[in-house]
Amino acid sequence: MAGTEIDVKYVAHLARISLSPAEEQKIGAQLGNILGYIEKLKELDVSQVEPTAHAVPLINVTRPDEIRPSLPTDEALRNAPAKANGLFLVPKIVE
Amino acid sequence: MEYEAVIGLETHVQLKTKSKMWCGCANEFGAPPNTNVCPVCLGMPGVLPVANDEGLRLTVLTGYLLHCTIPRFAKFDRKNYFYPDAPKNYQVTQYDKPSTANGYLDFEFNGGMSRVRITRAHLEEDVGKNFHFDRNSGVDFNRAGVPLLEIVSEPDITSPDMAYAYLNALKDVLVYGGVSDCDMEKGMVRCDVNISVRPKGQKELGAKIEIKNMNSFSGARKALEYEIPRQIEVLTKGGKLSQETRRWDDVANITETMRSKEQAHDYRYFPEPDLMPFEPTEAWLEEVSKRVVELPLARKQRFMVDYELPAPDAETFVNDVPLGDYFEKAVASAKNRKAIANWVINNLRAKITETQIPLAEVKVKPNDIPELVALVDNGKISSKIAQDVFAEMFTSGDSPAQIVEKKGLAQVSDTGAIEKLCDEAIAANPKSVEDYKAGKVAALNSLKGQVMKLSKGKANPALVGEILEKKLKA
Repeated sequence: MAGTEIDVKYVAHLARISLSPAEEQKIGAQLGNILGYIEKLKELDVSQVEPTAHAVPLINVTRPDEIRPSLPTDEALRNAPAKANGLFLVPKIVE
Repeated sequence: MEYEAVIGLETHVQLKTKSKMWCGCANEFGAPPNTNVCPVCLGMPGVLPVANDEGLRLTVLTGYLLHCTIPRFAKFDRKNYFYPDAPKNYQVTQYDKPSTANGYLDFEFNGGMSRVRITRAHLEEDVGKNFHFDRNSGVDFNRAGVPLLEIVSEPDITSPDMAYAYLNALKDVLVYGGVSDCDMEKGMVRCDVNISVRPKGQKELGAKIEIKNMNSFSGARKALEYEIPRQIEVLTKGGKLSQETRRWDDVANITETMRSKEQAHDYRYFPEPDLMPFEPTEAWLEEVSKRVVELPLARKQRFMVDYELPAPDAETFVNDVPLGDYFEKAVASAKNRKAIANWVINNLRAKITETQIPLAEVKVKPNDIPELVALVDNGKISSKIAQDVFAEMFTSGDSPAQIVEKKGLAQVSDTGAIEKLCDEAIAANPKSVEDYKAGKVAALNSLKGQVMKLSKGKANPALVGEILEKKLKA
């Protein structure tokens, strides 16, 4: 299967992961292969098929507007790498 | 060369639901940080969001209020980006199949009517709130997942003042419709501005510049007042503008570059697999449409036409709906509508402000107001006495007729009695009499005042004036 070109650097940036040049090569080839499989789907004639957002034939799944108990704050923050005064602490946000 | 501005607005408003959009955490402002959070709104793995039906209803209700079409198919999408206040690393929104589209908002502007077309109003979710400290930032996710409506206008706005008028009119509609409280202080309304300038008459649009971070309508107006001349200046000096996002600095009162097109976001939208599409049924839409209320502008026009009220009075009854409803009950069978409006606005409202008694608990019944007006109009009591009667109505809840009867406040129109009082006043105030005879017409008022005082305010003032004049000229 011929690999499809993919801008690995750009995709890595969007996903906020850093890749070494070797990894870029390796993952680029793998992603190219995956896209190659998907290319195959394009051979199918879907001109008569409605696009669908979901594979499951369900619509209008809703719940009533009622308040349910939230997590205790300690529990909510339990896995936070850093916390203070009930807040999740993160590296300083600079706009 | 003359330039013109082309402005479009994206307004975000929090919907007035009890719980968040995808989970049962409370939609509540001001709770201690991270107390209204759960695995769903914290974006923990393996959770399943379920749409809040009231959030969907309020979205479509907004669509009706803004004259939108309501597509029979809507779906949700993920907008992917990384920011600490977005716990899932995506925001659920409606990308290509929004719940409402193609509407408009009419509003008063510059002494006439203006219309701004609404591209769409789509449902999404709010993000957390960031707090900035010296060395790091803190995030509170209480707001994350609160239903948020993004109302996108067409670029029909041509000036900062028009943008301001549009935003206020939009807010009025949303507050009126019960869709959102639009409390600016609580961050319930935010807006982004898209602005470009072009030589007057040119068809093609100039480079679109987006301004973010305006937390008030006046801030949006100020940002535009700064940005439009800035763009024109760049062009006049032969410079070029390119698409970018700018940030409004409300301390320095300037806009500054946030990111240019090269760093523009690539959100990689795709259908949200955890949420099913929404296909409103006829019956469901019918239920929602029953919640459509009279809009502020329509109400104002109706009060001006039906009750022949001047615009400021009508506006008072638009801004204070319960007071307007009260007026409508009071005015129902009355002739002198303006007088009723005056009592409701000048007296009743003042008393409410003074005593802090809510209108719902006010003892004065709506049909007591026309009764009071009639007592004045028929000469039963003077307008001065009417003030006292009203004060008594407010404290006791008795009808005006009862009060007049009980306190013996009926106006004295008995000529004999008034003549007697006039004689007394003339005898006691020789100076005023002299002044009047010397040509000082104002002296009559002083005498008139004396007579009214002697009558404890009950004498018919017109009659007093007449009799005094007759006596003095004799």
